[in-house]
Amino acid sequence: MSYRSDTTLWLAQRASALVLALCVPVHLATIIYAVRRGLSADEIYERVHGNHEWLAFYLVFVLAVAVHAPIGLRAIATEWLGWRGTSRDVVAVLFAVLLAWMGLRAALTLFL
Amino acid sequence: MSATLKVKVWRGAAQGEFQTFEVPRHASQTVLDVVMHIQRALDPTLAYRYACRVGMCGSCAMTVNGAPRWTCRTHVDKVALKNEMSIAPLRNLPVIRDLATDMSEFFDKWAKAKGRFSGERSRRDDFARVAPGSERRKAADAGIECIGCGVCYAACDVVAWHRDYLGPAALNRAWTLVNDERDRETLERLRAVAGDAGCHACHTHMSCTQRCPKQLSPTASIAGLKRALVKAAMEGEL
Repeated sequence: MSYRSDTTLWLAQRASALVLALCVPVHLATIIYAVRRGLSADEIYERVHGNHEWLAFYLVFVLAVAVHAPIGLRAIATEWLGWRGTSRDVVAVLFAVLLAWMGLRAALTLFL
Repeated sequence: MSATLKVKVWRGAAQGEFQTFEVPRHASQTVLDVVMHIQRALDPTLAYRYACRVGMCGSCAMTVNGAPRWTCRTHVDKVALKNEMSIAPLRNLPVIRDLATDMSEFFDKWAKAKGRFSGERSRRDDFARVAPGSERRKAADAGIECIGCGVCYAACDVVAWHRDYLGPAALNRAWTLVNDERDRETLERLRAVAGDAGCHACHTHMSCTQRCPKQLSPTASIAGLKRALVKAAMEGEL
């Protein structure tokens, strides 16, 4: 069974990396370009609130992160700690849910 | 060329130490020549392994100045630093004694990776005809010249930290068979090489490809296995 799940995880991590390779430069460049009146929550909220294009962008970004990071941490747990089995996978899934929840909450609050 | 070479040679097994020998230099001298000189003229108790002396059998690989090499095809001129050289057994394998390693686990992993051809024709059938120019034949040809010397296995850092990892040679062998259109166990083989003891553990350091004395690329073979697994998974065969 693990041959199928390992192959799927490998593919999911590569595919999400492809998405992140596009999202991360856009994210970083936008931060540097857009911050004109100081980096404060009010300033950002005022500037981007209600922008549905950015909402779509960050929904994709957040989901890609939530897929990519836990798979990588799972691999690190396996290789560095020798941690295998169900407990490792449960923690990875919980971490994915945490990332998705935090990211979606932030994106929806800011852009919607 | 200085008249003598100072050679540090590993003595012992897992525990041991380097012993220094002075060996006369000769033109076109190989590292294996040096080891043979030590065993025949200086210390007959030195344990090491070789057979063909010409790069065909894959039994004389050792760690020379920190890197795994065939000793028979490595000239002293190419590796000696200021007339000094160190010779140790291959990394990642249990040492039996001195320069001889136990290669059992290395070959057991070929079996685990289903490295054995499994066809369906008998001696009464005609030859299978495989087009030399077909993509699969070319992919198999690219990795087929492996002679199982263990140099890639010793060079691989993933093998060093993950004892169950099948290693570059076994995975390269699996890839040649995946591309053998006469073989009938492709799916079982792909299942055997998936996962964190198989091709998905490879970090693409490419030490195997850098060190392979046959200039093969196990890294490319491992990447091919990953692609073949994704294809099989997407087609619902896995």
